[in-house]
Amino acid sequence: MKKYTYTDKKDTRSGFGAGLLEAGQKNQNVVALCADLVGSLKMNDFIKEFPERFFQIGIAEANMMGIAAGLTIGGKIPYTGTFANFSTGRVYDQVRQSIAYSGKNVKICASHAGLTLGEDGATHQILEDIGLMKMLPGMTVINPCDYNQTKAATIAIADYEGPVYLRFGRPVVPIFTDPNQKFEIGKAWMVNEGKDVSIFATGHLVWEAIQAGEQLAELGIDAEIINIHTIKPLDEAAILKSVAKTRCVVTAEEHNRLGGLGDSVAQVLAKNNPTPQEYVAVNDSFGESGKPADLMKKYGLDAANIVSAVQRVIKRKQ
Amino acid sequence: MSEDITKLEKIASQVRRDIVRMVHACQSGHPGGSLGCTEFFVALYFSAMDRKPGFDIDGIGEDIFFLSNGHISPVFYSTLSRAGYFDASELATFRKINSRLQGHPTTHEGLPGIRVASGSLGQGLSVAIGAARAKKLNNDNHLVYALMGDGEQQEGQVWEAAMYAPYNKIDNLIATIDYNGQQIDGATEDVLSLGNLRAKWEAFGWDVLEMNGNVMSEVLAGLTDAKSRTGKGKPVLILMKTEMGNGVDFMMGSHKWHGVAPNDEQLALALAQLEETLGDY
Repeated sequence: MKKYTYTDKKDTRSGFGAGLLEAGQKNQNVVALCADLVGSLKMNDFIKEFPERFFQIGIAEANMMGIAAGLTIGGKIPYTGTFANFSTGRVYDQVRQSIAYSGKNVKICASHAGLTLGEDGATHQILEDIGLMKMLPGMTVINPCDYNQTKAATIAIADYEGPVYLRFGRPVVPIFTDPNQKFEIGKAWMVNEGKDVSIFATGHLVWEAIQAGEQLAELGIDAEIINIHTIKPLDEAAILKSVAKTRCVVTAEEHNRLGGLGDSVAQVLAKNNPTPQEYVAVNDSFGESGKPADLMKKYGLDAANIVSAVQRVIKRKQ
Repeated sequence: MSEDITKLEKIASQVRRDIVRMVHACQSGHPGGSLGCTEFFVALYFSAMDRKPGFDIDGIGEDIFFLSNGHISPVFYSTLSRAGYFDASELATFRKINSRLQGHPTTHEGLPGIRVASGSLGQGLSVAIGAARAKKLNNDNHLVYALMGDGEQQEGQVWEAAMYAPYNKIDNLIATIDYNGQQIDGATEDVLSLGNLRAKWEAFGWDVLEMNGNVMSEVLAGLTDAKSRTGKGKPVLILMKTEMGNGVDFMMGSHKWHGVAPNDEQLALALAQLEETLGDY
């Protein structure tokens, strides 16, 4: 198992804030909108440097999505900022008609996704957003794993023409990816090459998968770990290449097991190479208030759950 | 001026013929609101708007228009084609399979003249505000127009947009409400009363004017008045009184023709009331 260490922990939303500033410096057409969550989305540095390119919308997310769609007419590249819940479910029809169906170049940037939002509880902890967004034709869906990757993704999406859903989170988590990485949309990242099982992880679950990989190595299991930061378009080639070798799969995501990364992977496998698969995901339930780490444990999303899922799936191997 | 009005009225007559023929041909669509807004569309595209030749989606250096109540697509498509965005013969494909003229307007099929999809109500004013902001960022001294339905005022997003624009001094925007008092299930007064719309929009901070939308001279005067109010720190709202079905006597004064197509006999009756001026498609 390749060794991953970290010297610093930061929230992925801060990676978004830093990336937004840099994207704004590189491209004057980048503009930003926020629905009364500037501090939570870490947009202050952008606002300070480009006050005329920032639009405070107030608590009106539907209006924000429409204004963002309109800003593209005239060549702007709008980044909208609010919580994942208010970026997707609350405004699904606005995103569907004014952005996705209209083919607008809007970057929907969504913080506080999933259980790790923590104490605010299930009203704010959306676990259905990946599914909602990946079902929209033409929508790119990205869920980076740490500060550096979120920053790189935020910068990269400005150069991509089309609607993007960029999902990140609230808590501080280890920084373990290259600060100078080149982010390629739709290109999976090989975290660790192995031969016994493929672990496909996204978002905060990538670090958990690395922890699991170390525990599995002690048990004599050589896990291949791949970071699927782009859920749509999915890197099918990387998935199929990996399972051809390992012949079993664990998917890991901070999302409902219905409609997330696991289902996307399962569809690729069912069509091309039917393979035993176990899901590490929320079991079709809402979340609740609590500390992020406690919630991840209770809802089955930590390294220990990945280890047990691997042990189950290896037994199912043909 | 009177010559101009006569010319615009002739175009409007042709647009009305197009509307009833399109809706008849596919036996679906929304003739009522389309007929009621005909003078507005013709005045906008043939007189009020400063338009560039051809079409590019960004519309930099020209006035642009957004239709929020997308179901009145027949009047939009007819006007666009008669204004030269695409050949009028394509109107025959309206609502049929493989057509660029979808039931509700869309950018998806690349039809020139359309800049955003609409149909699910309440979204167009927000988009228009975004486009107006982009014009300001681009130092583009042109106007953005938007049209909404009156029933559409029941959508919450309209009021999010209504609150945003005056506070942010979006004064390169002219929004119009097609105030015909009808929606699918009946009169707006009976379905969900809009109350005093003028007072509501004024309370939100808009510069509001009223006009009769079915008299060409009054539409031209109203749009001229609205334009003169732009650039003064406030967005402009036109409350446009219209009659659903206007121009075809048996379609007027009722919500019944909101979304119903005429049969062969009704088509003939309607066309007998509308002079063919530019040549049917």
